[in-house]
Amino acid sequence: MSVLWLRVALACYAVGLLYASVALTRSNEWLNRIVLHAAYVGMVFHFVSLTEEIVLTGKISLASIHNTESALAFLIMIVFTGVVLVYRTTSPGIVVFPVVFLLTLLASTGDRPFLLASESVHRGWLFTHIALILAGYAALVLSFGASLLYLLQERSLKSKNVGGIFSRLPALEVIDEIGFRSLLLGFPFMTLGLIAGTTLAETTFGRVNVFDPKIFLSLLMWAVYLVLLYTRWNAGWRGRRAAYLASGAFLAAVLAWAANTLHRFVS
Amino acid sequence: MKFQLIGVNHKSAPIEVRERLAIPESRIPDALKRLVQHPGVDEGLILCTCNRVEVLAQSKNGSSDLRKFLREFFHLESTAYESHLYEYSERDAIRHLFRVSSSLDSMVVGEPQILGQVKEAYASARAVGAVHSHLDLLLTRAFAVAKRVRTETALGSSAVSIASVAVELAKKIFGSLNGKQVFLVGAGKMSELAARHLIANGAESIFVSNRTYERASQLAAQFDGQAILFDQLYDTCDRADIVITSTGAPHAIFRREHGELFLSRRKNRPMFFIDIAVPRDVDPEMNKLDGIFVYDIDDLQQAVSSNLSDRRKEAERAEEIISVEVERFQARLHTLEVVPTIVSLQDHLETIRQAEIDRVRGRLGPLSLEQELAIDALTRGIVKKIMHTPISTLKTAARDTEATTVVDLVRRLFNLQEKKTAAKSGSGDDN
Repeated sequence: MSVLWLRVALACYAVGLLYASVALTRSNEWLNRIVLHAAYVGMVFHFVSLTEEIVLTGKISLASIHNTESALAFLIMIVFTGVVLVYRTTSPGIVVFPVVFLLTLLASTGDRPFLLASESVHRGWLFTHIALILAGYAALVLSFGASLLYLLQERSLKSKNVGGIFSRLPALEVIDEIGFRSLLLGFPFMTLGLIAGTTLAETTFGRVNVFDPKIFLSLLMWAVYLVLLYTRWNAGWRGRRAAYLASGAFLAAVLAWAANTLHRFVS
Repeated sequence: MKFQLIGVNHKSAPIEVRERLAIPESRIPDALKRLVQHPGVDEGLILCTCNRVEVLAQSKNGSSDLRKFLREFFHLESTAYESHLYEYSERDAIRHLFRVSSSLDSMVVGEPQILGQVKEAYASARAVGAVHSHLDLLLTRAFAVAKRVRTETALGSSAVSIASVAVELAKKIFGSLNGKQVFLVGAGKMSELAARHLIANGAESIFVSNRTYERASQLAAQFDGQAILFDQLYDTCDRADIVITSTGAPHAIFRREHGELFLSRRKNRPMFFIDIAVPRDVDPEMNKLDGIFVYDIDDLQQAVSSNLSDRRKEAERAEEIISVEVERFQARLHTLEVVPTIVSLQDHLETIRQAEIDRVRGRLGPLSLEQELAIDALTRGIVKKIMHTPISTLKTAARDTEATTVVDLVRRLFNLQEKKTAAKSGSGDDN
């Protein structure tokens, strides 16, 4: 059943995907409202799906890969809703909806999830690790989205073509603030999540090789994240340079994620 | 029922006349009370802004002399203002109110304040009971129409003049202008105006720099700002978020290297240069720096003209919306007129039916429950069939102008008494 609910949620997010493609050419109040409602409905079904999974398996099984995708999508939607409520803009949806749609699609169509074979005492640690990392990912995705919007808005202001398509994007500084705040918010989660992960791996599998692709990519992502924060904090980097860095961190995150799916620690 | 509107606005009367007709806020309740006591006036509303003074009245029977009300209220020689007055009634009054609320009649078409002012006028009229039934309907509709115009056209979203375009652009960059610093380099009418607009929109402090320090300190005093020596221009400029330049310098005074310097001092926080000078004060190269946005007079002018033509198009669309809404509202009013007649027609026939049943009752002897029900159904059926045509005729007539004729005819045919029904509500009728 939970997959069914997830697919309903997927259909709702598809409306958002439609919005993302239409919003680039035109935008209006009416569309915004429909998209928001679809997103809220989608989140409700999504929540039902996640809860049912937990109730059915009798445990918080974030460790199954499909559940993580689903949970990540849900978290991103929560952060997005927060932005909509605080800044009254749906523009980040242009980036958020495609990502959320893709994640939900993967979660709802793949094979039945297989559980990470760690029915060990470390379940609490595992859950903490994954939950923290997911929160970090969600913030990173939003920040990445914000830097893309920043570039769009900056280009429209520079080219003195402020009417039309871009007239509905939020102000440059507002976009910047959304991006920076989500970075700030996500960093502690990411850091703690990585610490939890390392501890977990060390206690389960003994000493872990730093050059293991998963660990290496995670550390790389964390490092880029740190650089991103540092340059923004210290030199006020934003716009193009910040967007490149954010893309770097995002890419590393995606690769780490992929490594996670393809490769597992062998005990 | 009749709506009447009388008033002056920025187009019909010069400021001297509008001033004399302006009613201070504290006197509005008193004016409203006197308006509803004026012969023929059942409900009233007074809208008084810096661009207009308007009196709206609703009378159930016939019309009232609103010019007389103005004469009595202001104790003015009628020659002083009469020629500037415009007067509308019925459909035209409705249309005028809709246009005013939607900001189509404003000095700056599409400006958002007017709707708030109409709402305030409505609130104070309600507070003293001057607005209760029909005007209430009309005003509520006017707010809905204004909202429709706002959401369905882009009338309210674009700016008109250079100064407001500058503000609009600054908002695109900074979001809110609250606490933003403005730097005026060179003094001139236009840059002064732009600065004034920015401050009105929340920008905080002002620095002024000019070749002659005197002029700078004069201008700075005007804005409560700070005069800066021209030599210290480059040392202070990075503190400003928005720089408006209008010097007569023959070559650019802000060049790329200055921009780089400012950015590094500002930790890359964005800067907005508004260059009103010809020849230009800001090297266009500076626009290539990340975080610096340069708009010269041509860029601004272009934004203005594209806005103006857009706005004209949007205003046409808004007028269409208003025409449709005026028709719709009139139809609704007519429906309101026929409703009491329909109700009393139904009452009338129901009374006859009951009376007839009671009359034959005794002659029928004891009846079974089924027979009772059959008689009831039979009589109801007959009454319903008879009423069908008159009621549907009334309802159709409501949409046309002939409503009152049909209403009169039906009342006479069925000998219906004039009855005050639901129409009487609220407290306004008794004063």
